[in-house]
Amino acid sequence: MSSATLEVPPAAAAAPPPGRRRPRTRLPAALALLPTALVVLVVYVGCMVWTVRLSFTSSSLLPRSDWVGFAQYWRLFNNDRFLTSAENILIFGVLFVAGCLILGFLLAVFIDQDVRGEGVFRTLFLYPYAMSFVVTGIAWQWFLNPGLGLQKLVRDMGFSSFTFDWLVNQQMAIYTIVIAGIWHGAGLTMAILLAGLRGVDADLWKAARIDGVPPWRYYLSVVLPLLRPMVVTAVVLLATGVVKLYDLVVAMTLGGPGIATEVPAKFVMDHLFERNNIALGTAAATIMLIAVISVLAPWVYAKYVRPQGRQA
Amino acid sequence: MRLTTRVSLYALALALMSGSGAQAQQKAEVLHWWTSAGESAAVKVFADQFTKAGGTWVDNAIAGGANARAAAINRMVGGNPPTMSQFNTGKQFDELVSNDLVRDVEALARTGKWRDVMPKSIVEATVRNGKFYAVPVNIHGQNWLFYNTKLLADAGVEPPKTFPELIAAGDKLKAKGVIPLALGGQPTWEHNLFRAVLVGHGGADLFRKIYGGRDQATAKSAKFKEVADVFGKLRALVDPASPGRNWNDAANLVITNKAAMHFNGDWAKGEFVAAGQSPGKEYGCTLVGEGGGKLVIGGDVFVFPATKDKAQLAVQDKLVEVLLDPTTQLEFNKKKGSIPVRLDVDVASMDVCAQKSAAVLKDPANQVEAMELLSPPSFSGAMQDAVTQYWNNPGMSVDAFVEKVVAAMRDAA
Repeated sequence: MSSATLEVPPAAAAAPPPGRRRPRTRLPAALALLPTALVVLVVYVGCMVWTVRLSFTSSSLLPRSDWVGFAQYWRLFNNDRFLTSAENILIFGVLFVAGCLILGFLLAVFIDQDVRGEGVFRTLFLYPYAMSFVVTGIAWQWFLNPGLGLQKLVRDMGFSSFTFDWLVNQQMAIYTIVIAGIWHGAGLTMAILLAGLRGVDADLWKAARIDGVPPWRYYLSVVLPLLRPMVVTAVVLLATGVVKLYDLVVAMTLGGPGIATEVPAKFVMDHLFERNNIALGTAAATIMLIAVISVLAPWVYAKYVRPQGRQA
Repeated sequence: MRLTTRVSLYALALALMSGSGAQAQQKAEVLHWWTSAGESAAVKVFADQFTKAGGTWVDNAIAGGANARAAAINRMVGGNPPTMSQFNTGKQFDELVSNDLVRDVEALARTGKWRDVMPKSIVEATVRNGKFYAVPVNIHGQNWLFYNTKLLADAGVEPPKTFPELIAAGDKLKAKGVIPLALGGQPTWEHNLFRAVLVGHGGADLFRKIYGGRDQATAKSAKFKEVADVFGKLRALVDPASPGRNWNDAANLVITNKAAMHFNGDWAKGEFVAAGQSPGKEYGCTLVGEGGGKLVIGGDVFVFPATKDKAQLAVQDKLVEVLLDPTTQLEFNKKKGSIPVRLDVDVASMDVCAQKSAAVLKDPANQVEAMELLSPPSFSGAMQDAVTQYWNNPGMSVDAFVEKVVAAMRDAA
């Protein structure tokens, strides 16, 4: 029975009889999409609704279905750690995305100069991205540890007053996370932008040269606008990395020193699983969701809703 | 057609397998988080003894306590629980009891006279509504001071007995160029150090009122502020590279003669053992505090998910018997670094530190329940946030810290 239903859609999709009305060809497509749609609806949307609902309860270890209003949100916004987390994710988000874009663009331009051994450089720059955040975090933790890594190395070379203790410094620790993040993400940005650069018509460069345009001006005013779709892709990919930032922090600083490098995702995980405080954890998750939606909504509106409205 | 035949064959095979399994062999799936070398050697003692008793041990080790507990809880709620599952002694399984997800083992406790042989605080931490809902298997002391005997002797200091002595010793050790106090600079271990100071300098009552009573007036008392001040002074004894350090790396500083002292639970002994050192010789262990020091005790328990399956109930009964058998207890705890939960087991064959633990615990006045026994994880976590902020901000005043502690108490209520 199951094999019979499975065979229909490919046959119908492969050879759509010309001239037929559309609804008939749409039915198999809809059938084929149904499982995915169901999964999205039940698993993603369902879990979101469930999470939001739980944030209005007093659930601790197991979910409860009482109603405590906004009590958890009141707690959340009086919680030092959550406020620090929110501030940190802002710092990280802005610096990480900007840093990856700038560094990634420069690397892409560098490789695009027909350098010798391009394949080697490309692999080299993209390599960090192949590593998990946990490996990245531990490697940078060792490298930046004042007693083991860079600081000790430079001091052993004779510069005894050299100090680079950002990792153990409350004010600076979050920037070490940014550095590790950029190291990890810049290669991917480079790959995306390089693909874009290769698509730029070589005649443009010739034309610019005839007009006597300096190279930096050419890249900034001609190439960059042409790369807009690539930049948008890179930003979206990097932004998802910002929201889910968790493993890098856990591997590198565990949120420390103190609470200096705590991030919202870690707040949620700790409260859900370690602290038996499901309600507070889901409240924090809900705030994250609202933050993401409020960032995405204007963009989705500008990109999809408005143009369609104009066409119609 | 072919598919249906195959499916029914699978179903038949599955039915046969599970049917024969329940009858012929006593299969126990055990979920725990003992994954390090010493820990897995310890849990193997249980497994071997259970196999000897005629059962089949199915080991389900999940790294990380929180992960393992989450997996166990999910499976219990989902109706497919393991035969037994590890928790820490204390409040972690409170809600499982109130939701009837775990089975009481009161009948076995009565025949085994558990209340007579186990320390009162451990019994109280396992009993709910007058019934045992878990089987404690060990006692871990959480506030031991491990010290490097050679470094202390070189600096001419005795192992400190009180915290003011310890701070004074710190200056002499610093003059010798060693790190006085090795600390794993992660919130968990900063919090553990704080509790060692709280119970040592503040006393057992203060400890219970803060973690058990969550009494805001006590948090504002002069004594608590004094404890916070002493704790703050310990910052000067710790090296600047401490933040983020793992506890075993901190213990290793003592092993390699780089640091003189280190507060930790008795599980840290495993690191010294692995380095070929023995207690009383290269390193010593002592309790710091007024009046000889109190031992903060916690440990591990196994809970038995509720089931109606008679065969599973029998397996669970057999497991309990194995866990608390005196020989098993002795062998298990030697490997684990803890001491037997039964105080009637002869510990003469264990190491000096374990013998010290057992001797201290003979007097019930020396037993102080660990934080896990006194407070729900939500409050412990909130306290941890407060302590780690205070520890890492030398500029933060004691009053600001007290303010954070009071806020944590208010939120947990």
